[in-house]
Amino acid sequence: MVRSRAVPLIRGNSSRLTNPVRAVRSARGAATVRPRGYRAGGACRIGGRKPASGEGSRPLNIFFQQILNGLTLGSVYALVALGLTLVYGILHIPNFAHGALYMVGAYVAFYAVGSLGANYWVAMLCAALAVALLAVLSDRLVFHPMRNSPPLHDMIAAIGLLLFFEAVVQAVWGAEFRRLAPPYPQIVRMFDLVAPAQRLLIIGAAFGLMIALQLFLRRTILGSTIIAMAQNREGASLVGIDATRVSIMTFAISGALAAVAATLFAPINLVYPAMGNLVIMKAFVIIILGGMGSIPGAIIGSMVIGFAESFGAFYVSTDYKDIIAFALLVLILSLRPEGLFPSGVR
Amino acid sequence: MSTTAKIVLALLVAAALVFPFMAPNDYAIYVMALAYIMAISTIGLNLILGYTGQLNLAHAGFMAIGAYTVGVLTVDYGVPYWIAFVLAGIIASVLGFLAGLVSLRLKTHYFSIFTLCVGFIIYLIIEKAEGLTHGTVGIIGIPAPTGIGPLQFTTSITQYYLVLAFLIASLWLMHRIVSSLLGRTFVAIRNGEDLAETLGINLMRSKVLAFVLSTFYAGVAGALYAGFVRFLGPDLAREHHTFDMMAFILVGGIGTLFGPLLGAILLTWLTQSLQFLQDYRMIVFGPLLILLVMFFPQGIVGFYNEQRARRRAAALDDARAKRSVVAPSAKEAQANA
Repeated sequence: MVRSRAVPLIRGNSSRLTNPVRAVRSARGAATVRPRGYRAGGACRIGGRKPASGEGSRPLNIFFQQILNGLTLGSVYALVALGLTLVYGILHIPNFAHGALYMVGAYVAFYAVGSLGANYWVAMLCAALAVALLAVLSDRLVFHPMRNSPPLHDMIAAIGLLLFFEAVVQAVWGAEFRRLAPPYPQIVRMFDLVAPAQRLLIIGAAFGLMIALQLFLRRTILGSTIIAMAQNREGASLVGIDATRVSIMTFAISGALAAVAATLFAPINLVYPAMGNLVIMKAFVIIILGGMGSIPGAIIGSMVIGFAESFGAFYVSTDYKDIIAFALLVLILSLRPEGLFPSGVR
Repeated sequence: MSTTAKIVLALLVAAALVFPFMAPNDYAIYVMALAYIMAISTIGLNLILGYTGQLNLAHAGFMAIGAYTVGVLTVDYGVPYWIAFVLAGIIASVLGFLAGLVSLRLKTHYFSIFTLCVGFIIYLIIEKAEGLTHGTVGIIGIPAPTGIGPLQFTTSITQYYLVLAFLIASLWLMHRIVSSLLGRTFVAIRNGEDLAETLGINLMRSKVLAFVLSTFYAGVAGALYAGFVRFLGPDLAREHHTFDMMAFILVGGIGTLFGPLLGAILLTWLTQSLQFLQDYRMIVFGPLLILLVMFFPQGIVGFYNEQRARRRAAALDDARAKRSVVAPSAKEAQANA
């Protein structure tokens, strides 16, 4: 389909022809290349992470696209990983159910837009509220009563939650792949570079939220209670911090962040019951790399993984792009078992 | 072993032996044999999870490695089944050794996440390395186990007995392991790594050994699975198979010899009776898993052991109380005299 249009564009660049392997790769990479002025609802290819680009043949532009890709992926991962790392400060176990919360967020937004006809932003708000509530409920009903049991039991309970959410969503919406229509299908042009609006939106929103979260945690008393609790539970209780309120707040924030990330990413990806699995595994990789509980570590780790994936997919192999994050983890942990940034909030 | 335990054990073996003649149809025999195969793998997972206390989430990946070793060797290279079978155990253990060396440097949840990633890497490699593993198409037409001497494994009943023999052998081997000094070393590590190390236990070596033994079980179970189901897909390596095995362990009893077997049989038949729910069985299993760890973390066999220990302690207390009643009266008599 689009590929046949893309190939002549590639041929325009003689340097690419000298190496047939590279030419094939760039043709694959430029599968979404569209002619100038192509502006339709489907500007974002289903399931693809390659951006639409008007002049994909220029090496500089291709490079720019990969940076844009890396930033987009990194932003989505950062929102998920931040929630995970905050909850780790309270629970001290990795919340395996976090990926399911991300998935539920995407489905709530999909339902709000598709069946209730809500505006994209209203849908995002609904998703954030619903998932925040779900996260708080899972804390109150499962994790809080189990706070004194061995970590192994908490992890198994989290896995039970993950399986339950996935099965319920599959029972309600089915296992089919679904799509959330992009709210802003336009393509932004600046100088010689082009970028789909949705990607810029993801990056902008994610960085905005990260800054807001940082300000909340560092500049407000309410926010610093979360950090205090993560640093020392008993100490925090001694100075009069209400542990219940802090843990409800942390779970709500982490759920809302996951839902926003899912709603932002859904228009350029697909919505399906297992969509959270890969994202959550990468978020785990990120918080291990960044040091569990560390907020700057989570953001830096997300960007590292995002860029490694976008450049790896383009310059190494698309087939194995999902393995890059895990290979990186295996490599880094083999050399440094304590992670890249062992200190942080904790 | 007490005489009652011996009698119960003999009855269990007898029940397993006559099961094919009691079963209503071939399908029931098939389901039971499959439950046994999953039980062998789960017994292996229980060694690292239940006895050593490390949540290894790559277990299904190692089972898939064993299964694919048999599948690839017999279908593509014409290797006889039993040679491939032995190689499956060896390859799974060697890869388990390498994975264990790296992953066991990490503790608790770092280890779990790392093994989750290892399992995913195994799955992705099986799915993408089409030249070797046939990719998403899977391996079709794996030959059934070839006969050993006069024994042939062509019918479902004979295959059932083959699997049963391996199950009994695995249980016996596991019994030998956990009742030896080595098994106690593993339990000491589970109960407290720092304390175990202070007692002079080489943590890394013991943990790697437990990991390798558990992957060996996974490899053998995978090899049996390949010869029994005779079709393989990359899905076998997915983490939800590990989660299934974890559920078996929790229901049956974590860190007990017969727990994994009991859990595997119970939950397999429960799933069969909920056949209409096949895709949605996790709506039942998910909350079941949570409720079990919240209110019944010791499982069925664990619960039984606990009750027995409590009865024994009560009997001991009684005996001691009687003795102490006798002792003061004797003293009194002395004082009076």
